[in-house]
Amino acid sequence: MSYDRAITVFSPDGHLFQVEYAMEAVKRGSAVVGVRGADSVVLGVERKAVAQLQDARTIRKIAKLDENLTIAFAGFTADARVLIEKARIEAQSYRLTCEDAPSIDYMARHIAKTQQSYTQRGGVRPFGVSSMISGFNADKSPQLYLTDPAGTYSAWKANAIGGRNEKAVQEFLEKNWTASLAEADAIRLTVKALLEVVDSGSKNMELAVSRYGQPVRILKEEELEVIIADIEREIEEAKKEAAGASAAAGTSMEI
Amino acid sequence: PFWLKCAEGTPTQFAKSSLTRLLAVNLRASPHKMGTEAMFAVKGKDFVIIAADAMTAFSVMKLKDDYDKIWEVEGKLFAASGPSADASNFMEFIEKNINLHTLRTGLKLSTKASANYTRNELAQSLRKKGSYQTDLLIGGVDADGPKLYFMDYMGSSESVNKAAHGYGAMFTFGLMDRYWKPDMELEEAKDIIRKC
Repeated sequence: MSYDRAITVFSPDGHLFQVEYAMEAVKRGSAVVGVRGADSVVLGVERKAVAQLQDARTIRKIAKLDENLTIAFAGFTADARVLIEKARIEAQSYRLTCEDAPSIDYMARHIAKTQQSYTQRGGVRPFGVSSMISGFNADKSPQLYLTDPAGTYSAWKANAIGGRNEKAVQEFLEKNWTASLAEADAIRLTVKALLEVVDSGSKNMELAVSRYGQPVRILKEEELEVIIADIEREIEEAKKEAAGASAAAGTSMEI
Repeated sequence: PFWLKCAEGTPTQFAKSSLTRLLAVNLRASPHKMGTEAMFAVKGKDFVIIAADAMTAFSVMKLKDDYDKIWEVEGKLFAASGPSADASNFMEFIEKNINLHTLRTGLKLSTKASANYTRNELAQSLRKKGSYQTDLLIGGVDADGPKLYFMDYMGSSESVNKAAHGYGAMFTFGLMDRYWKPDMELEEAKDIIRKC
């Protein structure tokens, strides 16, 4: 049985259906939101409810690639594990050769290159994974990179992948992202974006905050609870105000 | 000057101490160029202290007198002697692989595991492409206490209380045997190193 027959072939109208189907697999994964602040990058992931007998701690969706690079993924966990392993080896190999840390652009390009090569080889299928990588450039500017099953990679100010309604979260981010977000505001924006598709509660999400030159910080449950409670209170108050305003408008109309 | 490195339960601190300079002695070429470098280590009650000379030479010329031969990898100290090509190539390789292990598993290797990994690499290399001419002293502090490993370039490895490499070892082993005792305080251990 020869494995030189490519699984990913062009359709008559120029589509690579295997790649597109892989992207569908990503959409079925749990949500990931990334927000770039002025001096920080926040990655938030949805933690889908685990089975009763399962140990939730062993489900890690945010992984450390290298000293200053963090990755979160949406899609097939098993595929992501393979990709992350390859990336980690590449990072250390780069460090061994160059005695220097690989840039985030280099790592994103490497992961994207790996994903692309699996769309153009015989006997393999594409990775059903999109990933979001957070890190910093040498000039300390925060960076957020995205890769997809086709092997494209690009830098973003904020984005969302996977989850119940990817489009809605992306639109939310487009409406609400502003430049020069402070760390706390970037965290709030990430949580708010996640709340669009995730049931409320710190048990259902995990946040990782990166700052230049510091180890990545995973927010503790208590911290997250406080932020979520605060945001929900804000939403409640906004609702009441809106309701009050329309009621007032109603009475004035009657007079 | 000697570089002193001290591995304790807390982040490593190191102090520069001014002791006698070690002169470069040109020896006859030998397969294992032993001895112009000196390193010593002693194990204390909750720490390991490692000292290594800071000279690197080429034939009769001293190139550097502030060369740091002690590598810090995931909280463990590796003092590597020998030609700097062998020492740095080998240690860089070990360092990156131990870092990769930590990234992969999220756990730090114990001192014993790090030492065993290192000795395996030395032993394998010896039987494949030839030896790395580097003798090592590996020290670290784990949950079950401080550990010091004496390792030579062929990959023999032993957990010890006190160790030394180089010709200097000939003179200092007796000294360490005389003064070392179990569960030493930091000052007592520093004193032994000073004597060495």
